[in-house]
Amino acid sequence: MILEGRIWIFGDNIDTDAIIAARYLNTSDPQELAAHLMEDIRPEFPGLVEPGDIIVAGQNFGCGSSREHAPLAIKGAGISCVIARSFARIFYRNAINIGLPILECPDDLSMLQEGSDRLQVDLDDGKITAPGSGLVYRAIPFPPFMQELIGRGGLIEYVKSRLQK
Amino acid sequence: MDRKHPPTGSAMVEKILAARAGLERVKPGELVNVPVDLAFGNDVTAPVAIKEFSRFELDQVFDPDKIVLVPDHFTPNKDIASAEQALIVRHFAEKYSINNYFEIGRMGIEHALLPEQGLVWPGAVIIGADSHTCTYGALGAFATGVGSTDLAAAMATGEAWFKVPPTLQFIFNGTLPEWVSGKDLILYTIGQIGVDGARYKAMEFTGPVIDNLSMDGRLTMCNMAIEAGGKCGYVQPDEITFQYLEGRVTKPYQPVYSDSDAEYEKVFRYDISDLEPQIAFPPSPDNVRPLSEAGDIKIDQVVIGSCTNGRIEDLRIAARVLKNKKVHPRVRLIVFPATQHIYRQAIEEGLISIFVEAEAAISTPTCGPCLGGHMGILARGEKALSTTNRNFVGRMGHPESEVYLCNPAVAAASAAAGRIVHPQEVI
Repeated sequence: MILEGRIWIFGDNIDTDAIIAARYLNTSDPQELAAHLMEDIRPEFPGLVEPGDIIVAGQNFGCGSSREHAPLAIKGAGISCVIARSFARIFYRNAINIGLPILECPDDLSMLQEGSDRLQVDLDDGKITAPGSGLVYRAIPFPPFMQELIGRGGLIEYVKSRLQK
Repeated sequence: MDRKHPPTGSAMVEKILAARAGLERVKPGELVNVPVDLAFGNDVTAPVAIKEFSRFELDQVFDPDKIVLVPDHFTPNKDIASAEQALIVRHFAEKYSINNYFEIGRMGIEHALLPEQGLVWPGAVIIGADSHTCTYGALGAFATGVGSTDLAAAMATGEAWFKVPPTLQFIFNGTLPEWVSGKDLILYTIGQIGVDGARYKAMEFTGPVIDNLSMDGRLTMCNMAIEAGGKCGYVQPDEITFQYLEGRVTKPYQPVYSDSDAEYEKVFRYDISDLEPQIAFPPSPDNVRPLSEAGDIKIDQVVIGSCTNGRIEDLRIAARVLKNKKVHPRVRLIVFPATQHIYRQAIEEGLISIFVEAEAAISTPTCGPCLGGHMGILARGEKALSTTNRNFVGRMGHPESEVYLCNPAVAAASAAAGRIVHPQEVI
């Protein structure tokens, strides 16, 4: 699948409290959560983000709390995928488990311009293209087990198919 | 040293995962699917797991005795929405006959409660839908935080998949100075390696200082492994472990130890004989400075408690500092015993009287303010000194409030002084 969208750039160590503050964890509705996405570090963000947009981040994205509400909020806002230099491990699991596309790309994407640059992402082969400049980046491919998880649409569907066997 | 098995060059977590996967040996990076001994969630993470679990349309969980549910985050229910969340958990526990459901009045903060209740033992594989699940490594278990969907899958299958982590070894040499505790060792470590210094990795805490460190101190250290990005933190079982387990865990268990020829990804050696109490400045747990370099920081609120530092030893040292003193008139001190049992013990030992006399507020066990839930939220511009584990932007309230992290003795002393001080200044 190929995605294309506007990009939003975030730095290193974006924690899950920043993605969705704990005061909103008394609901798990993705739409309600999305209304507060990144609110504490970028109050205007929930009003600006549009379906199909892409988050580009630095290292250790999603560190801190295990709250699955973080990828749920991102998904609820219609973010099509998150590209980061690295992910914190629980966020990584959660995103794959709920079917939020994520890509780990060690290349430095910080020179991209928010507002003007767009990215095209091939989720199948991990190729990331900046249509404006023509620059191409490569995401680290997922191991086969995780590809299967992703292909089945997340952990619940994967486990369902195993339980049926 | 494990004398029954020949060394395989493996660290403790590799050996636990290999045994559970039915393999001779596993190597870091390998993916394994293993049965879990315990899977649990709380009032924030379990409702999402329960919703996902319902998609399996199962009329039973894999084993009701291996599931634990602890409503601890927004309890006693802070608002209607939280009450509804807690109700989902309560109904699920009833419907699926989950006996290890802990209601307020009998409960505690999950990571203090589970070891206390004998639900954790050496060699166990434990997942929890809460990042501080890594706490149980203090008892020689492999325990790691997961999300709600992982919990849902484990409640159905009794299994979880893991990438075998490489292990970092941290050797603490020297002797622990007065007023310095497990909290300072872990803050120092996080300050050294950074918030992603142990990302995806196991952290083995060892050396003479750890050999002599109390179980409460070890639990504090392992609790914050996640703050360095760690998959887990652990201390290999020893006499202190077995003493703690005595009378709590009655079933037989097999302790697992790192091989003498274990291959560590990296070894860190710290001599801590001159270590000062450590302070983590906002907005990150790795923004650590020794107390003497903290400067003059006036504080509005002090929190003593949490899954990190709400155990009896923490309350004892805080009470020792606060005895016959008053909390500074400008400061609000809130003390949270981490479990009902610890609360009662603190009453029996006279600690609660000391806190009340000092004009602290005492709360029933709850995660409360640690995550900005309730029971002590900060206004814009306010500063808190806290024995909790995170000081991210907005962690305890307004995005423009600040949280500094420290050990319980420093927290107590600073509550009396009204600014961040060394316990020696007030004692």
